Amino acid sequence: MQPIIRVEKLGKRYAIGRRENLVTIREAITGAMLAPIRALRRLNGRTADRSAEHFWALKDVSFEVAPGEVLGVIGRNGAGKSTLLKILSRITEPTAGRVELHGRVGSLLEVGTGFHQELTGRENIFLSGAIMGMRRAEIIRKFDEIVAFAEIDDFIDTPVKRYSSGMYVRLAFAVAAHLEPEILLVDEVLAVGDVGFQKKCLGKMGEVAHGGRTVLFVSHNMAAVEALCKRCLMLSGGTLAANGDPMTVMARYVAESAPPDSGAADLTVHPGRRHGDTPTMTRVELGDGAGPARGAIRIGDPMEIRVSYRAARPLRPVLGSVIKTSYGAPVFCVSDRFCAQLAQCEPRAEATIVCRIERLMLIPGNYSIDLWLGDARGDFDVVYDAIGFEVLPADLTGTGRLPPPNIGAVFCEAAWSLTDS
Amino acid sequence: MKALRRENMKSPPPTEENPLNAEAPPHSAAAAAAGAISAPRVPTLVIEGGKGLGGLDFRDLWAHRDLLYFLAWRDVKVRYKQTAMGVAWVILQPLLTMAIFTVLFGRLAKVPSDGEPYPIFVFAGLLPWTYFNQAVTTASNSLVGNAALITKVYFPRLVIPAAAVCAGLIDFAIAASIMFVMAFHYGMPFGASLLLIPPLMALTALFALCVGMWMSALNVKYRDVRYALPFLLQIWMYLTPIIYPLNFIPERWRWLLALNPLSGMIQAFRAAVFGRAIDWSGLGLACAMTAVFLVAAGWSFRRMERQFADIV
Repeated sequence: MQPIIRVEKLGKRYAIGRRENLVTIREAITGAMLAPIRALRRLNGRTADRSAEHFWALKDVSFEVAPGEVLGVIGRNGAGKSTLLKILSRITEPTAGRVELHGRVGSLLEVGTGFHQELTGRENIFLSGAIMGMRRAEIIRKFDEIVAFAEIDDFIDTPVKRYSSGMYVRLAFAVAAHLEPEILLVDEVLAVGDVGFQKKCLGKMGEVAHGGRTVLFVSHNMAAVEALCKRCLMLSGGTLAANGDPMTVMARYVAESAPPDSGAADLTVHPGRRHGDTPTMTRVELGDGAGPARGAIRIGDPMEIRVSYRAARPLRPVLGSVIKTSYGAPVFCVSDRFCAQLAQCEPRAEATIVCRIERLMLIPGNYSIDLWLGDARGDFDVVYDAIGFEVLPADLTGTGRLPPPNIGAVFCEAAWSLTDS
Repeated sequence: MKALRRENMKSPPPTEENPLNAEAPPHSAAAAAAGAISAPRVPTLVIEGGKGLGGLDFRDLWAHRDLLYFLAWRDVKVRYKQTAMGVAWVILQPLLTMAIFTVLFGRLAKVPSDGEPYPIFVFAGLLPWTYFNQAVTTASNSLVGNAALITKVYFPRLVIPAAAVCAGLIDFAIAASIMFVMAFHYGMPFGASLLLIPPLMALTALFALCVGMWMSALNVKYRDVRYALPFLLQIWMYLTPIIYPLNFIPERWRWLLALNPLSGMIQAFRAAVFGRAIDWSGLGLACAMTAVFLVAAGWSFRRMERQFADIV
């Protein structure tokens, strides 16, 4: 059968801005005046310095999707998933390669796109529907269905700024879910709303898929990918790393995030660093507070995260660490942004921040840490999956048993007793 | 995403090390090839990197006409929310400006007014100017203001500044009603020439769209536009016969004024209001220049459009 999506050698290159994205006319003028000098340098064959100024967010990616297929796309942050969706939905144009799309494309890159706070629910359905590519007649036809799906009948003529966040998300998703394109691109929208509504959303996506439509589903939620998709792509560093049935691809994804045994990682050059940040963190070490760095910690033991940094000028560092499962789902976050214990410290240009978790109550398995470093104003250096570690079992309960990892990553101690009813 | 900047259009030519387009200029194109490949009536879209394409895709624009309507409607609806006086501002703005100009230029400086009472003379010029001024200003900030949309959904980006230009027409219509009250007060004849006002405004809107879309695209990359534009518009107003009649300018400099399309439009607008003979050559020149500007602005907008989502 002819594929509904054909992607050939797709590539997208970004220039790495030294500063934020704004360019002033003055810079453009100096840039233009320096252009001949740069051209001269290039003639001399000195091109190396230039290639360092940009990177490929997506490179040489080729795949095909058959009509009616539900394709999952997984990968770490910065692997190129969002760039791929943005090219397929025509938000941005590729640098190289070619895409063929045989059908109308609808994208759910974010729910609530085009919603305006001051407008009522009714007005927003029309506005948001039109923005996502629906014709007016089409919206009128589906209006009642959308309102029913969102369960907001009584508030349809209330400005959405008075909505609860749950109602807002329900309405936004309802509009998006009624797009009915031949190709649907979905990015992480299932992470919103309460459990009941999430179920409904998954149901709607399944319905869309069974209705013969093609779905491209990008997610960190491996369980959802597994439940919905027959085939799965894995992107890594902008290239296609795996393409096959979800079980195999996910096994590979998990294997790639296996922890280093050493419990220490150099952060000066790290693939998980966001492009454009100011590299400040230099090293991370894990340990149990006694002895050398180690990548395996027993459940119930203390854990220390030691992050060294070197900044251009003295600062009061604010460190945040997000502990995630090997599937990429966040479990908890320890951040001094909320505790402010270092807020009064002596500013230093170079130091090691020590974060001690008194009792690490994670179910045995593999975990990974995202690190966020900044100062009082905000974060300026982020390293995703900076380091992995393993939690080893320990007999906390006195029975030698612990709950299995598939029913939650956290172990919680509790006291049990019986009373008269 | 925020820290990234899409490669500048002037990138180096392809190098030998990377034959696979790696260093090719990144002007890419979304060539919308409507037609049928797999099955009839299924639109096929080919997106290709590394190729240039000029001009606007009118078929795509037409397909999004409902969106244009809803965006313009949103702009109208939202503009005067949370204001105590609401739509009264639409009337107050030109009225107050008229009052100031009448005192300053009509009374104190004794600027002539083609034999009409100065207040209505200046109001008839201010009305299309206020529209133009506001349409260009809102259109210029529209792309940046709608960054959330641009980075999340595809639609022809031109719809956004176009909606801003259309939304301004509502304000114009409300303010125009004041002019008729004034015309009645001064005992002006209501002639058939008034029927020329709608096509004249359509022309003004088209010209505002040219300037607006060009400025809005520039504003995405160079936020200087936001600061430079008010001055530019202020100078432009004084270079347009609004507070003075065309014959106030010495004969040998008048051709310079004719280079300003707004000059022809506002002259014609005034002639239509006062029921005078229209200077068709001036208006024709304005039409021709608008057409040229439209092609140029459309081409340049399309060129810059490719980078919007990456740099906004």
